[in-house]
Amino acid sequence: MSADFFYTVEVIINGLMTGVMYSLVALGFVLIFKASGVFNYAQGVMALFAAMTLVGIQTGQVPFAHLINTIFGTHLHKFGWEVPTLLAILLALGVMILFAFIVERYILKHLVNQDPIILFMATIGLAYFMEGFGDLMWGSEIKNLDVGLPQGGNIWLENATSDWADGFYGFYLDNLDMWATAIAVVLVASLIVFSNYTKTGRALRAVADDNQAALSVGISLRTIWVIVWSLAGFVALVAGIMWGAKSGVQFSLSLIALKALPVLMLGGFTSIPGAIVGGMIIGVGEKLFEFAVGPYIGGATENWFAYVLALLFLVFRPQGLFGEKIIERV
Amino acid sequence: MFYRESGDFKTTYAKDTQTFPIKLDRMGYYVILAVALILVPIMLMKDVGGGANYWTNAIFLPFLIWAVASIGLNILVGYCGQLSLGSGGFMAVGAYASYKLMTWDVPFIGELNFVVVVILSGVITAGVGILFGLPSLRIKGFYLAVATLAAQFFLVWLFNKVPWFYNYSASGQISVPTRSVLGFQVTGATAAPEAKYLLCLVILIVVALVARNLTRGRIGRSWMAIRDMDIAAEIIGVAPLKTKLSAFGVSSFFIGVAGALFFAVYLGAAEVGEAFGIQKSFLLLFMVIIGGLGSIFGSIVGAAFMVLMPVLLKNIMVGHLNWATDIAAHFEFVIVGALIILFLILEPHGLAQLWRLLKDKLRLWPFPH
Amino acid sequence: MKLTKLAAIAVAAVTAASPVLADLVFPALSYRTGPYAANGIPFADGYADYFTLVNERDGGIGGVPAQLLECETGYNTEKGVECYESTKGQGSLVYQPLSTGITYQLIPKATADGIPIHSMGYGRTSAANGDVFGNIFNYPANYWNGASIAINHLLEINGGDISGKSITLIYHNSAYGKEPIRTLEVLAEKHGYDLTLLPVDHPGQEQKSQWLQIRRERPDYVVMWGWGVMNPVAIQEAVNIRYPMENFIGVWWSGSENDVIPAGPGATGYKALTFHGVGDDYPVYDDIQKYVVDTGKTAGAGDQIGTVLYNRGMYAAMLAVEAVKTAQEIHGVADITPAMMRDGMEALEMTEEKMTSLGLPNFGPAFSVSCENHGGPGLGGVAQWDAESGKWNMISDYSPSDMDVIQALIDEDSAAYAAENGIESQCN
Repeated sequence: MSADFFYTVEVIINGLMTGVMYSLVALGFVLIFKASGVFNYAQGVMALFAAMTLVGIQTGQVPFAHLINTIFGTHLHKFGWEVPTLLAILLALGVMILFAFIVERYILKHLVNQDPIILFMATIGLAYFMEGFGDLMWGSEIKNLDVGLPQGGNIWLENATSDWADGFYGFYLDNLDMWATAIAVVLVASLIVFSNYTKTGRALRAVADDNQAALSVGISLRTIWVIVWSLAGFVALVAGIMWGAKSGVQFSLSLIALKALPVLMLGGFTSIPGAIVGGMIIGVGEKLFEFAVGPYIGGATENWFAYVLALLFLVFRPQGLFGEKIIERV
Repeated sequence: MFYRESGDFKTTYAKDTQTFPIKLDRMGYYVILAVALILVPIMLMKDVGGGANYWTNAIFLPFLIWAVASIGLNILVGYCGQLSLGSGGFMAVGAYASYKLMTWDVPFIGELNFVVVVILSGVITAGVGILFGLPSLRIKGFYLAVATLAAQFFLVWLFNKVPWFYNYSASGQISVPTRSVLGFQVTGATAAPEAKYLLCLVILIVVALVARNLTRGRIGRSWMAIRDMDIAAEIIGVAPLKTKLSAFGVSSFFIGVAGALFFAVYLGAAEVGEAFGIQKSFLLLFMVIIGGLGSIFGSIVGAAFMVLMPVLLKNIMVGHLNWATDIAAHFEFVIVGALIILFLILEPHGLAQLWRLLKDKLRLWPFPH
Repeated sequence: MKLTKLAAIAVAAVTAASPVLADLVFPALSYRTGPYAANGIPFADGYADYFTLVNERDGGIGGVPAQLLECETGYNTEKGVECYESTKGQGSLVYQPLSTGITYQLIPKATADGIPIHSMGYGRTSAANGDVFGNIFNYPANYWNGASIAINHLLEINGGDISGKSITLIYHNSAYGKEPIRTLEVLAEKHGYDLTLLPVDHPGQEQKSQWLQIRRERPDYVVMWGWGVMNPVAIQEAVNIRYPMENFIGVWWSGSENDVIPAGPGATGYKALTFHGVGDDYPVYDDIQKYVVDTGKTAGAGDQIGTVLYNRGMYAAMLAVEAVKTAQEIHGVADITPAMMRDGMEALEMTEEKMTSLGLPNFGPAFSVSCENHGGPGLGGVAQWDAESGKWNMISDYSPSDMDVIQALIDEDSAAYAAENGIESQCN
């Protein structure tokens, strides 16, 4: 077989892996939308905030150092200790759970039964708030995130496949992407197990189905919301780690949300497997398009093509591939 | 007590259907118009306080232009219920259309009049808007919002990629040539502040009046019927195709006009990714929701809030409290975000609803009932 | 709404009513927030610290203290306009717009207001033609110089012949990123290399397609015009596909510590263009330590001193200060106006002795500005990253770019601008 064929395969595989990275972000949206019907615009900023918090804790940064220094004229920067990665991750997770409590207590509680667009707007306000707050807390310079994940092309695979065709340099697969895939699989599996086999998980699904009915059988809506937002915070942390390892932790991390939206659209806002499958379709689709058509129309097509691809799917299935069928009655 | 609706009797249909049927409202409207159309331009012309350029370029122009765009988006989102995040892209269409029209040497006519350019830019944008509105026939709600992002990204990519749109300039930036309206220069750096201000103000007033009358007429009612429940509307004989696409068309027309003004009068030079990126789409949506869905007045207030609030906060924190600029900028985000949430909690239906409640209070004040 | 408006009126009235007197005012349109904050902070710190140094050490410039007016733009064009309008009435001498978008905005505005702009290594390249752009300066080097310097460097390491070599340009898909394309295309005809263009869409978090293509096609050299998060991701991807880093050259906006550190040790060997010195091994840093850091007057946290972008900010401030000195000499007054500042910038001459006396020996190229040429001679060097020591090292002298090619492009572009805007010759 020719090198071109293998290169196409390579693009497809890499597209799949990239798609999984998108899915990690999309999962957070799905969790919250499913349980509370809120389209959480702040998910991207949450990923950024989680990653910043992780790095901040790991490297022993003093929170609000810049602000404190400006007000009191001190020169605080670091505590001078380093927290082990695993502990730092747990602590960052703790911060995200605390964050979920605060969101529920001060925002969601007051907005029960409002239109979806109002809740959407509230999450936009939340995104604004966190963007400023995160920078105040940890500073806006670029930070290095190192949690010990391997990066770079997998040399073993490359060498093993390099003689498959003339002019073929072997398959390229990023170690980090493979880790991301493994983590995503574990994450999705445990989320599915959690929602199918635990009491809380069932309560979550009950609320997602019909929150009035769920309330009437004694499920506390507020507890559920805290749990869902904590879960979304956890997913944001994972997404923040994977993306932050790639590019360093800085503002643009919050923009990965934009890459997750077509995934959501395609997979459906309410389906966890949909987020994964949707991510893969988007990833493969945009990479293949850039590979095959991009050179003829000037390249850099990935941003819009992902949306157009999702749009094409939607025209045939307006609720996404895995979304719940929309039944309308007059 | 202070706000009276009683004792105002109408004897003709024309009087009963006028835009501001209540005398007090009408008076207030005339006063605002008089201040905006006469007093402010005179102050700008005399350069009272030495800040005419600052006031025009940093506050009035963005406010007026965003208000036009916000009315446009409110027609689509607030009146017709179709969520759109493609507004930045549509503004870019308006801007690039105006640029191409202004630099086009029309046979037999030569240079097009600037007002004609602005209107034509709106028409072109309306066409593009209708095209990208087609999926709305199948897709609803947040799915549609995300689908309109396709328009946003594609249009930005297109204007960046095809050199014809920016007349093959080396860097892809478009710069506005100088143009005049009625003998007054309105574009370019040497245009008088009052001329730019008045042009945008007049356009805003016209747009507001047109929008107001569209929304309370037949077409506006069909939009609202679709918004409230599209299936029910279809059953009582509202054609979804015509209604949704007309909303996309009208809305894009206004947004296109705003885009043309944004580029030609306000910025003077623009690059598509930076000036009309995705954040503009979100900003416009914020204005509409904060101001109040389905309210022309709300659109204007929403634009004022989102444009003036950051400037005000910055001036207070940096100009008066002498905070470091970066800390002030971070706090600006924190405060604007907190205010958005606070407003939604206090009044989910936007600033326009807050105004309505205030009127209710004033009607009875000081008596509780 | 009325209340907000009233409050805004009151605030702005007070702000506008307090003009700064008897100071040399330098506005800084910095961006310490937003998507490019990581790069904006060191530049702003360097710019501010140098003025602080001049005030503390020399008591100002020619006896008049310098005052810095910092205004946060967040790299946002509209905020940039607001900043310009709010600072221009306060005696601002020269603007550093610090973003391509804001520069384009301000070119007509500042020209109308008679305030000079110094867009150092960015902005509108053809502004180098002072005959058309009387108020705009972009010395010592511009993007087209940069493209040519990169090619010259490749010529040098290949013994003067790069015909048949393949060069890929990976660029930020924006006005900024497209700047070098024309020059590289013209140079490709001259030197006979193959040029491939690879755009990356903003923000550039995901570049797998582009780097897979580079891996497939194995170009001999990769030149990068990147910005923001695009830089570290590109360098990381280059490391990932094990592209030979010494064949990878970035423009000066793709060559800061922020861009290479995230990629770790693999980034060693990456090259970047520069038009000023790197590192903190210059006598002026002792002064900065003594007068600025030790007195607690640093603009930022003080942790950026000696980084590439800090040096660039400091260099910009130094050139501004020297231009003020030149203006003071020409006009014989200490408290100069923006118009005098313009004359000073136009007569600016940077010599080796001058830089040595400032504690910055060989920090930048020696150059002089003239009425026709606002872009300087277009000299630039190449620096190489060494991850182990965490330092950039200069690996070439400031060498000239191919001005025959570039001057023709500049003349063409500026003539088009002059015709479009009816600008007459400024030099006669």
